[in-house]
This record gives sequence, C-alpha cells and structure tokens, in this order.
Amino acid sequence: MMKTKYMNPYLAGVLLGLVLLMAFFFSGRGLGASGAVKSTVVSLVSTIAPEHAANSPFYSKYIGEGKSPMKSWLVFEILGVLVGGFLSGALAGRLKLKIEHFPGISANRRLIFAMIGGILFGFGSQLGRGCASGSALTGMAVLSLSGFISMATMFGTAFALAYFFRKNWI
Amino acid sequence: MGPLIPQEIIGQDWNLFIAFVVGIGFGFILEQAGFSSSRKLAGVFYGYDTVVLKVFFGAAVTAMLGLLFFSLFGWIDLNLVYVNPTFLGSAIVGGIIMGIGFISGGFCPGVSFSAIAIGKIDAMVFLGGIFIGIFMFAEAYPLLESFYMSGNLGALKLSDVLGISGGALAFLVIIAALVMFWLGDLAEKKFPREEY
Repeated sequence: MMKTKYMNPYLAGVLLGLVLLMAFFFSGRGLGASGAVKSTVVSLVSTIAPEHAANSPFYSKYIGEGKSPMKSWLVFEILGVLVGGFLSGALAGRLKLKIEHFPGISANRRLIFAMIGGILFGFGSQLGRGCASGSALTGMAVLSLSGFISMATMFGTAFALAYFFRKNWI
Repeated sequence: MGPLIPQEIIGQDWNLFIAFVVGIGFGFILEQAGFSSSRKLAGVFYGYDTVVLKVFFGAAVTAMLGLLFFSLFGWIDLNLVYVNPTFLGSAIVGGIIMGIGFISGGFCPGVSFSAIAIGKIDAMVFLGGIFIGIFMFAEAYPLLESFYMSGNLGALKLSDVLGISGGALAFLVIIAALVMFWLGDLAEKKFPREEY
C-alpha cells in the first residue's frame, strides 16, 4: 500500500454514511449543497431587484410573507461544512491559498474549466433537483429512483467524456 | 421514535443547529478523505485514484442499511423521511449536465465547499460558476418550467419500480459496491500515480 496523508476511504465512507444517517434521524432529511447556493441567489436577487423577484415564477416560490431563504437547513449545513473542512485542513496542515492543477496545464486554464464546470453544475443541479450530495447520495440512501438516475447519469456522463478532457487531468 | 424533529420530540428551533453540526461532520470527513483536491476527485475517471467511488458508495450503503435497520427496530418512521420525487426528463438531462460539469470542474458543489475551506482558489472560482449557473436557470425558468415539471412519477423508490423489497435492493447495491471497490483497486494498480 502506498503511504497516504488522507483517511482510509472505506472508513471515510462509513463515517460519512453515519453523518447522513444522523441527518435522517434528527431532521428527517439528508445532505445537500446546491440548495444553499440557490437560497443565496434568491436572497441576493430579491434584495437587489425585489420587484423582478416577486414577479418571477422561480424566485417567488421562496420569498414572501414569513419566508426567509437564508434561514434554511442547507445554508446552516454548508456553514458547518466550511467549519469542518477548515478544522480538518488545519489539523492536517493543509491550509494554503493555491490554485491546484495538473502541471501540464496553466493555472488560468484550470480556472476557466473550473468556472465552466461550476456553471454547468449550478444549472444542472436546479434542473435535476439536487447535486451529487442532495440528489445522488441522499436519494440513493432512501432508495429513491431519482437518486439512482442522478448517480448513473452524472458518473456515466463524466466517464463517457473523460477521454476528451484527459489533457486537463493526466 | 425518529425522525426526532419532524415528530417534535426535539423542538423545531434545534433544526438549524443540527444542520450546522451535521455540516461540520460532512465537511470534516470530505476534507479528511481528500475530497478537497480536484485532481484526486477526477482520478476516478482515469483510474489512478478511486477514492470518490469508495467514499460515495461506502456512505450510500452505510446510510441505506442504517435506515433499513433503524426502521426494522422501530427507531425511525420511514414515512417521515423525505424521499426526493422523480421527474424523469429533468433528472436525466440535469444529471448529464452535472456530469459534464464534474469532468470539467473536478468538483461537485458539496466538496467544493470543503476545498474552499482550506484555501483552494480553483474551488472558489467553481463556486462562482455555481452562482452563475443557478442564476441562469432562475432567469430561464419560465422557458424551462414545462420540461422541469414533466415526467412526474412522485416520490418513487427504485425497489418499487423493480418490485422487490427495500432490503433486497440494498443487498444488490452492496454487491454492486463490492464489485466497484474491487475494480477500483485493480484500476489503481494499473494506473499508479503519486498522490496529490
């Protein structure tokens, strides 16, 4: 076995599964991520352009009397993710501002593809009603058909296209 | 007895605090497993690092079995656990778009937050992209709404589609996971690379 600075992946998988189980047991719902960004987008747009938000069939679902998009489960969970990630990085001595990329490509190229990937993930997560954590992982745990479809299409597409993107990674 | 908050065994006020604590665990484990590195994540698509596969399926199987056993012991009422509904068309197209995003960006939204927490600038740019992508969807929503709502099958479970019990489906998923772990180890031997 190669020496590793990371946790054993099987142990990490079981621990992550127990965190997910804890979310189900306490809150009756699973993990997520893109929903927290959606709440932030809704808040921003409804602050900057309240009339536009009120007239939009998308934003108006989340705003109005007694609704505050930032007081959501996923927003608080993601704040926790930032704290947890920071603690882990601090303990492991991995806190460092850097652009990580395959040495064969420039940092700028990495950032351009990161931006494109983020845009696609943002758009796709709204269309697909959740991202890898909210739809695929949580969905599979509750045996939801949608979770299995998300997992298969997401990983399947990435595998199918890996050849065309190989110069970015290997 | 569970889920505790929907049944008001613990007050609703605690829900956001629980979310924060769950998030700390989520973020800590993602970072510990190496998910804060896009090169490690993308490794699964080239065979040199299959940690994504192992952690993802390890977690799915653990939580799946946990829910089934908790339900069997009467510790949780599965009717009160949220099952995301299936909208066939948008789930498939959304998944394909996210797959392209995954191989381009090397992150998914959840792991990008753990990468941001340790200072990865590429993850911050990825998050900027997520904001833009969601904003684009929101603005285009009137055009997309009919497709977004099409093929509604409700909160359907795969076990019901296949006509088997939840336990039988979980067993099949465990077998599939074990095969994938084995393939992952084979791939890592075939395409060895230094660790990032």
